[in-house]
Amino acid sequence: MTILPSRLAGALAATTFAIGIAQGAHAQPIADLSPYFTPATNAVATPDEDGFIRRWLVLEPIAKPNRTNQGFTRDYVRNALATALPDGLDRTLPRDGQTIHQNGAALQWHALDASLFDVKLFNVAQSLGKPTYGVIFWVTTVINADHDIADAHLAVGSNSASIWWFNGVETSGLYGDRRMVMDDVVSPRVTLRKGRNVLRGAVINGPGLSDFCVRFVDDAGVPIKALTITAR
Amino acid sequence: MKAFLPALGLAAALMSGPARAGDQLAGEPYIHDPSTITFSDGAYYTFGTGKGGLVSKDGWTWHRGGERPGGGVAPDVIKIGDRYYVAYAVGGGGMNGGHASNVRIMWTHSLDPASPDFGYHDVGTVASSDGTEDCDAIDPAFLYVKGHWWLSYGTYFGYIRMVELDPATGQRLAGNTPVNIAIDLEATALMYRDGWYYLLGTQGTCCDGPNSTYNIRVGRSRDPLGPYVDNFGVPMLKGGGKLVWGAHGRGYGAGHFGLVDLGDGVQKFSFHYESDMDRSGRSVLAIQPLLWNDGWPVGSENLRPGTYEIQSERGGALELAVDAPRLPFDWRRSGFMAPDGPVAHLPDQTLAENQASWPAGPIAVDMGAYMVRPHQHWTITPVDGAGGYFGTPYVKITVAGTDRALATTAQGEITTVPAFTGAPDQLWRLDQLTDGTYRIVPRAMPAEVTPLALTAVGRSTVRLARFNPDSAAARWTVHLP
Repeated sequence: MTILPSRLAGALAATTFAIGIAQGAHAQPIADLSPYFTPATNAVATPDEDGFIRRWLVLEPIAKPNRTNQGFTRDYVRNALATALPDGLDRTLPRDGQTIHQNGAALQWHALDASLFDVKLFNVAQSLGKPTYGVIFWVTTVINADHDIADAHLAVGSNSASIWWFNGVETSGLYGDRRMVMDDVVSPRVTLRKGRNVLRGAVINGPGLSDFCVRFVDDAGVPIKALTITAR
Repeated sequence: MKAFLPALGLAAALMSGPARAGDQLAGEPYIHDPSTITFSDGAYYTFGTGKGGLVSKDGWTWHRGGERPGGGVAPDVIKIGDRYYVAYAVGGGGMNGGHASNVRIMWTHSLDPASPDFGYHDVGTVASSDGTEDCDAIDPAFLYVKGHWWLSYGTYFGYIRMVELDPATGQRLAGNTPVNIAIDLEATALMYRDGWYYLLGTQGTCCDGPNSTYNIRVGRSRDPLGPYVDNFGVPMLKGGGKLVWGAHGRGYGAGHFGLVDLGDGVQKFSFHYESDMDRSGRSVLAIQPLLWNDGWPVGSENLRPGTYEIQSERGGALELAVDAPRLPFDWRRSGFMAPDGPVAHLPDQTLAENQASWPAGPIAVDMGAYMVRPHQHWTITPVDGAGGYFGTPYVKITVAGTDRALATTAQGEITTVPAFTGAPDQLWRLDQLTDGTYRIVPRAMPAEVTPLALTAVGRSTVRLARFNPDSAAARWTVHLP
């Protein structure tokens, strides 16, 4: 079991705020992260039944005030993310619990398993008492394949803009005031190499929720699920 | 035939330029988040965000009117029994927080403030969000089907939720808990048709004038509680939604769908354009035809001004009942021409050639095989000041290149008169039906239900008859010549 920073562990263990709203498969207590995430474990993780990747290392949000999401042009997003790239993240994989310093703020990485297909970054920030609006989230994970899988496509949806790098190469960009839609942007063909593949992304938002969903699909749009996810 | 119509629309659009968003409606149709248009005491009402609303006698000319206390955002209205229930949200909708909100309900026996039956009675709060959870309880929408009363609510901040209300009281049904049915929508609406429940909502950016990317989407489910999926099978809980309508012509940012069912197979949808570029970029009410294709609602537009062949579904083109001259033709020069013989461009018949046989006065109309003749081509033009009905303007229908106008007689027959004068008996309305065809209704003999309409009572005979939605006799398609 990964040791969680105390505040996040507290959020995950929080008792349900009973308001009589939650029901069924989509139950969601207030101010409680446990419906959306569990701590990542050492157990083997695989994509879910639809191929969505749920195990991620998530960096606490970097403040980047954005009054509106309408300004997320290609240039703006690219420059904002380049400026906010944590030192070494493009070369090395962070560790769960690792603290870095970015723009004078101490930020931690958290290894999490999303309970749903989407990774609700807003809720992570909210549970930590971190800024929820006008922020940049960095995320990364490791995808393992038993053999080379050619002609794969990275299929991403994000709220709002985001850029994604697969094995160090920029693969997909989502710009403008986007809402999260599964398979919103589908990348050109990439090859999932036998062994480890590193996927890294950054999501930027102003007002509104921040979240994303990611899976790999083949040329026919069929999800690729014969993968394992380690995030370390 | 249905597949052909959108292509025609595009072609017509290219011919006549972009439609003005404001061309549809007259008056002062300024509103944001219009509620479902509701008839009460001889007038139609819609309410928006903020106080008050719009009122109209004909669905065409809208003025400020109606009273809706309580303020708040994005109300909806439904009539159940003798009560008009109004749902509205107080709080929420914040761009940087402020997502604590309540959906409240009140009712009145009349929407007309001048009626003695007017007066709101508070029911109370039926749904809430606390500002932290992944939902913002605003933008309520009603649906009453088979004795069950549903209410959807929510916005871009998290989930869209559904609750069930008690038709006897307007309060939440005892023991009912909200169910998440979609994410990241705004301004939801609900419809039911042929065993399907439809969840409509607006995606994109609101409230940024001509930069708003608002567009209306839909998913459907056999169960009111979902799962709602789009035409690609993408669940609306994963962001799915089939496009119904978006920016168009001079109207930018389409949002907040509302069904307007006029009966007889005529449906419209109301919504607002975030920005009418011909009205200072203001947010305006719009009403446009709603079609159905393979079980999905499809937004359409009024027929654009232009010259068309008008074909009956019975198989005949509307034409002047005249003896059109033959086109010159030499069989020996075509049918028996050697393959390597000369090829010439033959001209169509001119209006002057065709017109030579026309009598001077009124000319009757009939239907015949379409032969690309001038007496079969009709120019359809909206008439300034003639008004309209639920977003559809009254038009003149003239023989192309002439002022000869389709008209009704005092005896209720169809004719053409030599010159258009603007008289009511020369005005027509083309209501697009849900299958994409049109019914052609005379202005001079109005009726809200089963109006008289141009009808193919025989293969070659057209007459005014009461519109029968179960028959194809009064359904017409239009084609570019």
